[in-house]
Amino acid sequence: MATSGALAPATRPAPAERRRRGLAGVTGAFWLFVGPFLLGLVIFVYVPIIWSVVLSFSRAQNTVTPGDWVGIQNYIDLLTPGPFLDSLVTFTIFAAFIVPLTFALSLGLALLLNQVTILRAFFRSVFFLPTACSYVVASLVWKLSIFNGVRFGLANKVIGIFGIENIPWLATTDPPWYWLVIVTVRLWLQIGFYMILFLAGLQRISPELYEAAAVDGARNAWQTFRYITFPQLRATSVAVLLLLLINAYQAFDEFFNLLGNSSFARPPLVYLYYTAQGNQDYGHGTAGAVILALLIMIVTLAQGRIFGFGRAE
Amino acid sequence: MSSSVFSRRRLLAGLGLTAAAVGGSALVSACGGGSSGLSGDSGNGGGGGDKPTINQWYHQYGEAGTQQAVERYAKEYPDAVVKVQWTPGDYTSKLNSGLLSSSGPDVFESGPNIDQVRSGQVVALDDIIADVKDDYTEADLKSSTVDGKIYQIKMVDDMGVLYYRKSVLEKAGVTPPTTIDELIEASKALSSKDQKGLFIGNDAGVTPSFGGGSLLGQILWCVGSDYLTSDNKPGFTTPEVKQSFAKMRELFESKSILLGAPTDWWDPSSFTQGLAAMQWCGLWAMPGIQKAIGDDFGVVAWPAFSSSVGKPSTFAGGWGAMVSAKAKDVEAAKAFVKWLWIDNAAAQEDFNLSYGFHIPPRRSLAAKAEKLQSGPAADALKIFNDYAVAGNPAWTPKMNNAYADAATAIVRKGGDIDSNLAEAEKAVNTELDRLFG
Repeated sequence: MATSGALAPATRPAPAERRRRGLAGVTGAFWLFVGPFLLGLVIFVYVPIIWSVVLSFSRAQNTVTPGDWVGIQNYIDLLTPGPFLDSLVTFTIFAAFIVPLTFALSLGLALLLNQVTILRAFFRSVFFLPTACSYVVASLVWKLSIFNGVRFGLANKVIGIFGIENIPWLATTDPPWYWLVIVTVRLWLQIGFYMILFLAGLQRISPELYEAAAVDGARNAWQTFRYITFPQLRATSVAVLLLLLINAYQAFDEFFNLLGNSSFARPPLVYLYYTAQGNQDYGHGTAGAVILALLIMIVTLAQGRIFGFGRAE
Repeated sequence: MSSSVFSRRRLLAGLGLTAAAVGGSALVSACGGGSSGLSGDSGNGGGGGDKPTINQWYHQYGEAGTQQAVERYAKEYPDAVVKVQWTPGDYTSKLNSGLLSSSGPDVFESGPNIDQVRSGQVVALDDIIADVKDDYTEADLKSSTVDGKIYQIKMVDDMGVLYYRKSVLEKAGVTPPTTIDELIEASKALSSKDQKGLFIGNDAGVTPSFGGGSLLGQILWCVGSDYLTSDNKPGFTTPEVKQSFAKMRELFESKSILLGAPTDWWDPSSFTQGLAAMQWCGLWAMPGIQKAIGDDFGVVAWPAFSSSVGKPSTFAGGWGAMVSAKAKDVEAAKAFVKWLWIDNAAAQEDFNLSYGFHIPPRRSLAAKAEKLQSGPAADALKIFNDYAVAGNPAWTPKMNNAYADAATAIVRKGGDIDSNLAEAEKAVNTELDRLFG
């Protein structure tokens, strides 16, 4: 980047002296604008990443200074059957719920909204608004007012009308009602965002395609959706899937706030948080973070391969 | 949430309160984020003239007036400028990060952990306590000592008691339980449509986050066992402990315990608002309970397992003042701790008894404390003196998490007792090997 920025003025025909000054000026401006960000990026992102990787080969109890080298022992500990692998199972269950559900619901909403002719901006905003809410706040609302376990919780009030006894939603493991709380809070928070992505995708589809399809005898809404809309949304769909999956991997806030350190539903990040911050075991904590980062990378690359994400259409 | 009292020493092993540190931003977070543990801001710098500056950290006590009280003590100290940092939310994480960095506290409240000591994060305080060591209970000295040295000056002693609503028990013809079977029976008998029999926490007392896991110790103590034996071997795999776990499972499955309450076991609201007829809660909540329901309550210890096995129990918790090895002036920090938590009887009495109830760790002070001489408070003090079990600094957070994972799986998920405890034992043995092996 530095070279292309610097070279541009150099190709302009100009007196040698001016050219030199101009070059210096542009280079200076370049660093002035890019420098602070680059510095921030290096200090707050790259150095910690590299530090984490180094630390993950070290026994680091109550310290973040590497030195007590243990090779790949931390990785071996995590990858033998135990709580970390259990947490990956939890993640898989969670992803199996949340990814298809969010995908289907946000696509459905986008399709409906695309048909609406009145108050479009209003509906769009209404569904998008929850995205602006923090996970922590939403989790607390879900935990304390909607799904609390006593008689004045909203959900219990509603089922009380039908004479059903109070259910402690978050504490019941059989049936696992806590999944209902976890999944609904995330759905509420993120559907609007993906709906907007789908809406943008829908509006990019040329109306001529639909006209042509109608001429060719596409009879009903299902046929147009199946053969026109959905294939045309491929790029958007792949992007949405990818983001959903990465987000599911990074699930933390709602699990942390709703269930704390519960071994029966603890996604990888929550486990690593308690390992590093609770146990002060930064060696295993960073090793787990590296494993997770690698997993996300592999899944992303594989998905890109399979669906052709980022390839020119 | 802000009215929570958060006072048990072992809570430190778990995690703090609402912990809003990690905001979720859908897209942005998708592509970034290493995991460094380095944060920890602090009110550093500045100072008054030639006096040293001491940064002192507290977690948030829930009772009104506590923050003003500690700020007042700090101001009264003549030999240094003391800056108090009062920390709502996740105090443990913040403290841990602070101790790793150079901008952490000089003096802080916590409880000693063997890893903190072994990695040189805290300094020994034997010299400032030497003259008055006899004035502390054995339990307090035990939980303050690592490898033969003392690392904390106890500020408040905390304990749990089983509060019961006299009128409700009378009406149901139930007497306060003295064995676990009686407890389960009482809980069932007291349970109705709108009121549950017993509240032991939204986690059923076995998951140590947000101050949960209130019964992890009592499950062991009620059969006369402990986390670690006196020669530091796992103590939670005996046949009696397994029976005790089976009973906890039975209690959970009886559907008579309150779950999903708006506040947790360390807050008395569920008890005072009639959501549960009995509640395991801290002594700290007693003034609030008295204010809300007058004298319609009594207290007992956590019951013994049966009339022939085990004995009643409670935890000896609380907070202690510790000095960071990275303090800018270690001697000044120690002098301040000595002035406030050893010499300053007036401040200790004020802090222990004017807000919530705690037991002043100095025995001479506790014996004089008028508020602990009569009624349920006196009963509690007797329970503390007879049955309180001291924490063991060698029981690390990692051991506690492994053990609590097993307890959570057994009690809340109906998991197999033997295999889950065996798994925890393996993890604990690995830790013990690392520490003592």
